Amino acid sequence: MKELGLYIHIPFCESKCYYCDFISYPNKRNFIEIYVNYLIKEIKMQSEKLKNYKLKTVFIGGGTPSSIDAKYIYKILEEVYKEFNTTFLEEITIEANPNTIDENKLKLYKKSNINRISLGLQSSDNNILKRIGRTHTKEVFLKNYKLISKYGFSNINIDIMFNLPKQTLYEVEKTINFVTKLDVKHISFYSLKLEEGTPFFDKYKDDKSSLPSEDLEREMYHKGIELLKNKNFHQYEISNFHKKNYKCKHNLLYWKVKPYLGVGIGAHSNLFNERWGNEINFTNYFKALDNNRLPIFQSERIDKNMEMSEYVILGLRLNEGIDKRVFYKRFNVNIEKIYKSQIKKFEREGLLNNFNNRIKLTERGRDISNRVFMELLT
Amino acid sequence: MKIDERRSRVRNFSIIAHIDHGKSTLADRMIEKTGLLTQREMQEQILDNMDLERERGITIKLQTTRLIYKAKDNNEYIFNLIDTPGHVDFNYEVSRSLAACEGALLIVDAAQGIEAQTLANVYLALDQDLEIVPVINKIDLPSARPEEVKKEIEDVIGLDCEDIPMISAKDGTNIEDVLESIANKIPAPEGTNNDPLKALVFDSYYDTYKGVIADIRVMEGSIKPGMEIKMMNTGKKFEVTEVGIFAPKQVPIDQLNAGDVGYVSASIKNVSDARVGDTITDAENPTKKALPGYKKVTPMVYCGIYPAEGEDFNNVRDALEKLQVNDAALVFEPESSAALGFGFRCGFLGLLHLEIMQERLEREFDLNIVTTAPSVIYKVKKTDGEDIVIQNPTNLPDTQEIEYMEEPIVEASIMSPTDYVGPIMELCESRRATFKNMEYLEETRVVLYYDIPLNEVIYDFFDTLKSRTRGYASLDYELKGYRQSDLVKLDILINKEVVDAFSIIVHREKAYERGRLIAEKLKDVIPRQMFAIPIQASLEKKIIARETIRALRKDVLSKCYGGDISRKKKLLAKQKEGKKRMRQVGNVEVPQDAFLAVLKFDEDK
Repeated sequence: MKELGLYIHIPFCESKCYYCDFISYPNKRNFIEIYVNYLIKEIKMQSEKLKNYKLKTVFIGGGTPSSIDAKYIYKILEEVYKEFNTTFLEEITIEANPNTIDENKLKLYKKSNINRISLGLQSSDNNILKRIGRTHTKEVFLKNYKLISKYGFSNINIDIMFNLPKQTLYEVEKTINFVTKLDVKHISFYSLKLEEGTPFFDKYKDDKSSLPSEDLEREMYHKGIELLKNKNFHQYEISNFHKKNYKCKHNLLYWKVKPYLGVGIGAHSNLFNERWGNEINFTNYFKALDNNRLPIFQSERIDKNMEMSEYVILGLRLNEGIDKRVFYKRFNVNIEKIYKSQIKKFEREGLLNNFNNRIKLTERGRDISNRVFMELLT
Repeated sequence: MKIDERRSRVRNFSIIAHIDHGKSTLADRMIEKTGLLTQREMQEQILDNMDLERERGITIKLQTTRLIYKAKDNNEYIFNLIDTPGHVDFNYEVSRSLAACEGALLIVDAAQGIEAQTLANVYLALDQDLEIVPVINKIDLPSARPEEVKKEIEDVIGLDCEDIPMISAKDGTNIEDVLESIANKIPAPEGTNNDPLKALVFDSYYDTYKGVIADIRVMEGSIKPGMEIKMMNTGKKFEVTEVGIFAPKQVPIDQLNAGDVGYVSASIKNVSDARVGDTITDAENPTKKALPGYKKVTPMVYCGIYPAEGEDFNNVRDALEKLQVNDAALVFEPESSAALGFGFRCGFLGLLHLEIMQERLEREFDLNIVTTAPSVIYKVKKTDGEDIVIQNPTNLPDTQEIEYMEEPIVEASIMSPTDYVGPIMELCESRRATFKNMEYLEETRVVLYYDIPLNEVIYDFFDTLKSRTRGYASLDYELKGYRQSDLVKLDILINKEVVDAFSIIVHREKAYERGRLIAEKLKDVIPRQMFAIPIQASLEKKIIARETIRALRKDVLSKCYGGDISRKKKLLAKQKEGKKRMRQVGNVEVPQDAFLAVLKFDEDK
């Protein structure tokens, strides 16, 4: 039986952060109940085709999944457990905003077998939080973090952002020191990227003077890596760090190009040599399911060449890089035969290491990984 | 209707207007008013049909359309509108369209009044004895001052403005008045069908289905399918397969008569066989004398045009040949560059003409090209007594071999509100200009006359003039002659190597400043790369300016999960495409627009 990861999208939040380009609607809270019913219908339909898969991970993302009543989360997961083979289910994550956690929700999450909580802190500086459109404060975060621990959730991830408007190197250090004092198992450390369609994009696209320079941004990144390393957080991906045995299993499926199913609006799946994305608005999503159609917006066939290219691009995001033997086993061809010239060139330029059966990015390679990836595109 | 009576109702005219004075909008309104198209069918600004023209809001190519207008005298008139470009670089095209007309509408902006370029075109029209019908547009603007502008037209041009139409093309006010003026004031064409055919080719282009199409004005005689015609310039003969009119698309008709404007196709394979300016006549019964050609134009600005991919060399040549056929001002010949490989040295009327051609090559012919720094034509007297001309700075002999050099000087007239005289004088002085004269058009408007070295004009003069006068000043110039000058070659080194495509010839006094500005500019336009890159400017083998582009430190997508993959791959593909469009100079990737961008800077910044 093949392993499968399941992503469930909750497109609701309390308010939109200024940098966020995820599909999420703060003003459609009256849609929650009806959306959950459709979501359940989609899960039913999809699971029919996936009877010979065993579920390994579930990830409930958004939006802010913790912003909706926990009874819906319970209901959705109940359906998942009913429809899928869960004998080998290892990791069930929910994303949460520090503001929207309470005892009642945590009780129900526990009851739903959720065993990993991913908290969006972003910064421990209340001024910065306000500046980027977060609704919580450091104090609320701390209070609810304690509550989460109290309810026995030990596998906790914290999201931290850097490269934020008017942010200093010192502030980044402070946030990391604050977070690493807590007993968290995983940290995602993201550089702000201006995404089209967000308030930040419009605000800063022509005037980047209040954003950190390219050099400061890298300083923040490297300083962050250093501090995290000192606190026993091992970097395993460009933006991800884990304490021993606490890598995010769900996200590893993406980077290792293993099968995953995404349900809910805008969710993506990669299964049966095909990648598809769901409808991105409620109307079309509901309409498709009303007609007993899968709510697919667009899909793309993935041939062997494309799969190899994605495997290498995503695999190189991982610090461990690509195991040449695993590549050979999967594609029946030697990776060095396919990407001979690129590998040689990037080795020479000091961006790639190629020894002990592994190909991986160097530290410098990670800083400018797009230069490597774009040459590996098919 | 008898042919002669019909001809008495034909009105052939162009529109003369400064950029932005509303020419295309008025043309659209006239098309709408005469019922040629319903409003629903109207695409905004029908006549500007190149994408480029729409985007820049300017007309580059001629466009022609026929309108049927039922006037207040109850007669139906046939209007042939031949659109004209409105920029100093395109005088040539203007004179082409004027030669096919009996009259011209002069549109003047009610807020801005007459501009230098408008005046230049009015003189072109007066030279050809055209009847000029003035129109004041944009009376809807809050800043409109129609009465003052009316007086300005009377005083400056000397036109009778007693019943001048005051209109707003934008909201359609008084368009009728314009149409009536055309019917009443512009004379009907002369010439009769009884004489042998004599028709002027004022434009020609290639059509995939019909072969070469020539836009013509029939001066005498008539033309219809089946007739054998002769091109008087080349002597080649063809059988007419179709004649027609523009409505505004081509509509075939039986025959074009004396006085008509229309098109002819005759299975002509090469556009060079239907040259713009040529006279078409009846092969069996030819007219005695060809029509006079157009005012000759000579290119004033040269630059190198290179294919971004070497294998496109032939495609670039084909494209240039095609463009040249109906743009006699464009000249080119093959050349080669150490940095850019094989390409062409091309001559243009001005910087805008150059930019337009560059964009047309890219858009209409889908070519990826690199353009080098523009240069004017210098005359060099060598120490051995030989006279040479230099269009490409790379070919300039060593200093020791040069006795002296001469550069082209233009007579420029700059028209502006009096408020900006100070800034204009300052600009002109910084560009080595010699003040000649200043004339008051009225209390608040002046014309400044300067002699300016052309090489100063092509370096961003026009844009700087516009920005320092908030767009109010306008410029017109023509070549005056050559003048001896202390000129030197400025070289640019990227990563310690001279890049020939960046070399320019400048006045010695300007070399340091120019070198510094170019190095600074290149630092901005060349993206950071894998390693640090020194940018240097050198004069007679001495480094006079230096900048360093620091090594790239970051190029990374920080997030990539399941839902991001397609999107992130697209981003990478786009980035890769952008990289491909860069030019490899040694081991440095230089964006293609860098070669032109180095010449665009306002010293104020």
